[in-house]
Amino acid sequence: MNALAARRPRPATTVLLLILALVLGAAALVTFATRPASASSAASGDQIAQGKALFQASCASCHGINAQGTMTGSGTNVAGPALAGVGAAAVDFQVGTGRMPMAAPSIQAPRSKVQFSQEQIYAMAAYIASLAPGPAIPTAAQVDFAKGNAAVGGEIFRVNCAMCHNFAGSGGALTRGKYAPSLAGSTPTHIYEAMLTGPQSMPIFSDSDISVVGKRDVIAYLKAISKEPTQGGSRLGSLGPVSEGLFAWVFGLGLMVAAAVWLGKKAA
Amino acid sequence: MSTATTPAHQRPADALRDGDTAARPAPSTGARRLGGVAGWVDDRTGAAKGVTYLMKKVFPDHWSFMLGEVAMYSMIVCLLSGVFLTFWFVPSAGETIYHGSYAPLQGIQMSEAYRSTLDISFEVRGGLIIRQIHHWAALMFVVAVSAHMFRVFFTGAFRKPREINWVIGTILSLLAIVEGFAGYSLPDDLLSGTGLRAMEGFMQSTPVLGSYLAYMVFDGPFPGSAIIPRLYSVHVLLIPGILIALFTAHIVIVALQKHTQYPGPGKTEQNVVGFPVLPVYAAKAGGFFFIVFGIIALMSALVQINPIWGYGPYDPSPVTAGSQPDWYMGFADGALRITPGWLEFHPFGYTLSLNVALGALGLIPVMYTITGAYPFLERWVTGDTREHHLLDRPRNAPVRTGLGMAAMTAYGVFMFAAGNDIMAVLLHMSINDITHFFQVGLFVLPPLAFWVTKRICLSLQRRDRDMVLHARESGTIIRTAHGGYFERHDGIDEFERWPLVQHEAVAPLELPAGTDANGVASPTARSERLRARLSHFYFKDAVNPVTPAELAAAHPGPHEEEVPALEHDADHFVGIEQDHADGVGAPRH
Repeated sequence: MNALAARRPRPATTVLLLILALVLGAAALVTFATRPASASSAASGDQIAQGKALFQASCASCHGINAQGTMTGSGTNVAGPALAGVGAAAVDFQVGTGRMPMAAPSIQAPRSKVQFSQEQIYAMAAYIASLAPGPAIPTAAQVDFAKGNAAVGGEIFRVNCAMCHNFAGSGGALTRGKYAPSLAGSTPTHIYEAMLTGPQSMPIFSDSDISVVGKRDVIAYLKAISKEPTQGGSRLGSLGPVSEGLFAWVFGLGLMVAAAVWLGKKAA
Repeated sequence: MSTATTPAHQRPADALRDGDTAARPAPSTGARRLGGVAGWVDDRTGAAKGVTYLMKKVFPDHWSFMLGEVAMYSMIVCLLSGVFLTFWFVPSAGETIYHGSYAPLQGIQMSEAYRSTLDISFEVRGGLIIRQIHHWAALMFVVAVSAHMFRVFFTGAFRKPREINWVIGTILSLLAIVEGFAGYSLPDDLLSGTGLRAMEGFMQSTPVLGSYLAYMVFDGPFPGSAIIPRLYSVHVLLIPGILIALFTAHIVIVALQKHTQYPGPGKTEQNVVGFPVLPVYAAKAGGFFFIVFGIIALMSALVQINPIWGYGPYDPSPVTAGSQPDWYMGFADGALRITPGWLEFHPFGYTLSLNVALGALGLIPVMYTITGAYPFLERWVTGDTREHHLLDRPRNAPVRTGLGMAAMTAYGVFMFAAGNDIMAVLLHMSINDITHFFQVGLFVLPPLAFWVTKRICLSLQRRDRDMVLHARESGTIIRTAHGGYFERHDGIDEFERWPLVQHEAVAPLELPAGTDANGVASPTARSERLRARLSHFYFKDAVNPVTPAELAAAHPGPHEEEVPALEHDADHFVGIEQDHADGVGAPRH
């Protein structure tokens, strides 16, 4: 009991942690809310040239020297698709989440360490956007989830997203090793861009499927459930009854049997 | 009942006082009061006899005998917490708009059932912990029922005279999962609604009757507004009523038949070695209730279960990734997931959905029928019609243990298949590969489990024989005065030896003559042949226990100091079951 009491966080700690989280969250908000605006508005010739150089150095092996796409050479397998028309949003999403450049060919590009600075990503985005018109990086206002309606966003999420990403955005399986990734830790801009550009197996949710306001509501919902306290205790990964059943068998039955062995051994 | 005994040298007149009991000290006020109440009740009900019988009942001590208690207490916790939930739960599909304190659902249209469950979670004081206690206790109930069932099966406790209780237990286990599923479906959240939708699909896959059946249960097309109140009646009244009645019968039968016990020195088919209910078991079992309740409360306080606010209200169009039933229904879901899709046929313009019906509808009755019928099958095969109150050590029934493990493996394949999508995500594997693994595994793994288990059992039996005959190798090499060497074997005493030699020797049944003296074919010849074959399958490579003669023969040789003791032991063995002369029998007391 003493050990338990000693480990229990003190109320002051919780409050401090909350304040810290709020400050960090605000800082992140400011960072992400200001940058895209400058990027999408002013795509100067310098920026496009810088982006082209970066692209040719890091992406051309698969996507081709002029982003025209390449084949692997075996059958109809594509090494990298043509990028004209994918838009700045696709570049910002793929490179900004570390999915591109891919370390190795695989079924699906996993989220990993981001290889470029945000400036460089904007430069590459400007270059790709200069090839053909495509979806732009969303503005700060479009992803300002504080203005969104989480309840409406929740409905949109359950109807359109939960079937693959799970009710809590924990992710889920698709066919043949493909998967819908967990949405935990995704930035509002990246969530918006994913809906807009449909990366990998994901469908495109254009503005006629989910309106600009609706997309913001979805982001508001995801942010609301990620910020809410864990009512009722540990979430066990928010994976539903499978993890609950495993917990009952391993932890629950384990404790019961331990207690029974102890009682059985006790001299009467 | 002690009386004063008279020493022989006392005068005859002293015998007048024979049979007198010494004056007892006056009972304390408390005891007098209690006695008064007990007497009052006994005068009016005559309960003293029955209560005395129960209180003197002796139960053997072993942790595995308490798994059934865990099930019983979990069920009581479910009943208690369930009553609390009924005070607030509204079993209605009536539509309402949410205005409670959970912000991400503000203003959303939902059913009364879902809103009231949200209110239990967020508005009712202590509601969430009671809801979680109810759900965790339900999971633990079925977990404990299963574990208890494994214990009863692997120790052969289902044998005569306990077959009826095995059948009752099988029905209880089936009722438990149906009760659990009804409860899981009540809150009308996205997950439970998806479960009901699946259930409706299962019903529809019934050949010919399907759509009528589904319309009858749901009172029209899915989802309708009838299913929630109907499930509520089933969940709080119908099944709990049957469950409690059968459970009471289960317990009464255990009390009437004495409890089984593990073999050991002094334990026979005629006695029960243990402690009486009063005071020992009343205290132990009473205390264990609070331990079980405490563990469930601990789980409920620390770990979320079924976060219905996250799933959102049910709406037939959405579905969430990772839609699974609670674990005990997982095997049926898994069977559905691994049944190949090409089993759907379209004869004469009708659809026959065997791809759904086989796994989702067929499995449950088949599984429970086999489970319930097993004691009768084994009894027929072994031809053993005697009563058994001493348990088998699982290794001493290698084929039964192997069959049990094979059945558990098949069940496990079905159950884990229900989590194929979760495994695919967590293990970074292809869900198709996992599904194919389970499809093949269903046919490969159970026989493999049977074979491995049986070999392990036989090896353990040989090891037991070895232990009895040669005891423990000490690793100490001794040189005799004549220059010879031998390894000292540490002897095992008769108490250690007893569990290793107490069981009976077994052999396959002999095939009776197929024709009688006049050459007329026996009408039962075919079934007898099958029986002989099965008996052969059960017992053909049986490893039988060491007989007293073998034991005596095994101990001449260099350990001179041990031999007299061993011969002395052998003198003390007498057969208790005369019909099995090769069994070593019980030590005389």
